Amino acid sequence: MRFVRKKPLGAAGGFLMLLMLLTALFAEVLQTHDPIATDATATLASVSAEHWLGTDHLGRDIYSRIVHGARVSLVVGVASTLLGSVLGGIIGLLSGYIGGTTDLVTQRVLDILQGLPLLVLALVMSAALGPAVHNVIVAISIPIIPRAARVIRSSVLSIREMQYIEAARALGVRHLRIAFRHILPNTIGPFIVLCTAQLGSAILVEATLSFLGLGVPEPYPSWGRMLSVSAAEYAQKAPHLVMFPGIAISLAVFGSNLLGDALRDTLDPRLRGS
Amino acid sequence: MSVVIFTLLRLAPGDIVDILFSTAGYVSQDEKTAIMKELGIDRPYWVQYLDWLRQILTGDLGKSYRYDQPAWQIIRPLVPVTLELAALSTLFAVLIGVPTGVISAVRQDTTLDYLLRVFSLAGLSMPAFWLGMVIILGLVTWFAWIPPLSYVSPFQDAKLHAVQFLLPSLAVGYRSSALIMRITRSSLLEVMREDYIRTAWAKGQTGRVVIWRHALKNAMLPVVTVIGIEFAFLIGGLVVTETVFNLPGVARFLVQAILWRDYPIVQNLVMFIAIVVILSNLLVDMLYGVLDPRVRYGG
Repeated sequence: MRFVRKKPLGAAGGFLMLLMLLTALFAEVLQTHDPIATDATATLASVSAEHWLGTDHLGRDIYSRIVHGARVSLVVGVASTLLGSVLGGIIGLLSGYIGGTTDLVTQRVLDILQGLPLLVLALVMSAALGPAVHNVIVAISIPIIPRAARVIRSSVLSIREMQYIEAARALGVRHLRIAFRHILPNTIGPFIVLCTAQLGSAILVEATLSFLGLGVPEPYPSWGRMLSVSAAEYAQKAPHLVMFPGIAISLAVFGSNLLGDALRDTLDPRLRGS
Repeated sequence: MSVVIFTLLRLAPGDIVDILFSTAGYVSQDEKTAIMKELGIDRPYWVQYLDWLRQILTGDLGKSYRYDQPAWQIIRPLVPVTLELAALSTLFAVLIGVPTGVISAVRQDTTLDYLLRVFSLAGLSMPAFWLGMVIILGLVTWFAWIPPLSYVSPFQDAKLHAVQFLLPSLAVGYRSSALIMRITRSSLLEVMREDYIRTAWAKGQTGRVVIWRHALKNAMLPVVTVIGIEFAFLIGGLVVTETVFNLPGVARFLVQAILWRDYPIVQNLVMFIAIVVILSNLLVDMLYGVLDPRVRYGG
């Protein structure tokens, strides 16, 4: 409750994310039509009581497709963020803890990966892996790895010098155990901040890849692809084809950005007040 | 760098031969092998890789599989389009980002501050390609006018060319302005707490002079860094924006080349983008010395 009062924007973001989560969970309950059923008698229908947000060029119900699209967006977004952050986190943890040459080499490799724009890297990866949901998840997670490794490494570097780590070492605790049992739990704050911050961009990258035809394949309704197939050709006749999926993407990313900002301010005292 | 790019591309299932022939129906295995031999993709990967390295070092960028032309000849005319877009977008990003950041910092925690922050975060949340589509749609609906569907060179029609480039740059620039705005805001807030700013106020300087002359000058350093970093994001944003606005730039071509598995083109374009990003970061590093005499190198 204090969070709501102190961070109204963060709370709004949390609300949007909760809404998206619920929509994704209860997509079958919320849908009014089958999201992949076509209807030749009602193509490009405008907003009406029957089709709340209209239909696309194949007569598929936009509202139901957006509701199911939330599931695809959320699954791909969360899975790729987690995969990238966990892999990056482990790399950052080991690189920061071991130090020396290992650290140096790892950092240079990450530099290279980070030199490429996120979208370009994801684009090349998803083309290389081929269109399938799990490939899209991998493709989006790769650019997240260097970012996650950076964040975790820098917090490991400061924790490593703490006295309780020295104490653990004096007691003869093995290195791996120190790294995973004593250091890892203390990086959880920056880790959560990192994940929420990356979630928004992961959702955005998924939408973009799908828009370019390199993302989530049919028949899954994806917000990004809803914009590509239909929108370009039928935009003039049926502007709702362009508007609604775009609004859905924007709200989802907006929500996770707001939440990420607020969490960062709350959990990361160094940035507080800035 | 080059190893990473090369390996990533070779992971792809299917190759140019399959794609070239997928439209032609059945093709005998012999013919396929002959073509693979001609294109040089039957050789082991490491030979192909060394070959590519040698080409880059000698300035020869290889031949496009699909167009049967030297890669450089295809890429060269695309470069100015993308550079112009990138420059205009950066300009818009700074023009929108810095003033809103300053206002937001000066009016910290007021309604205006919240509104501006929501405005900038909204920019960060909207997909650039969608924003582009909405802009086009808006023009069509309200002005019954469609931006030219094919590229207009500035020598043909300077005005149309300007309009054609302003719209996509505005879409991309708005998005990039979000990060610039946030950094300007937080960096300015930090500087405003410094002693010399208090001195400036105490001298009786007007608010405008204190903020724009004294504070902003020192607050710009992190902002410049972000503009450099933004450049990488910007190119990512251009990938889709060029596609939406149908502008023949490097980024749009990259997407097509990826779909065609035209390795020489993709390799070189990705390498080119990486080099541009590295150069822009270098430029930013050098700008530090100009902006802040304290970090000038070696006297």
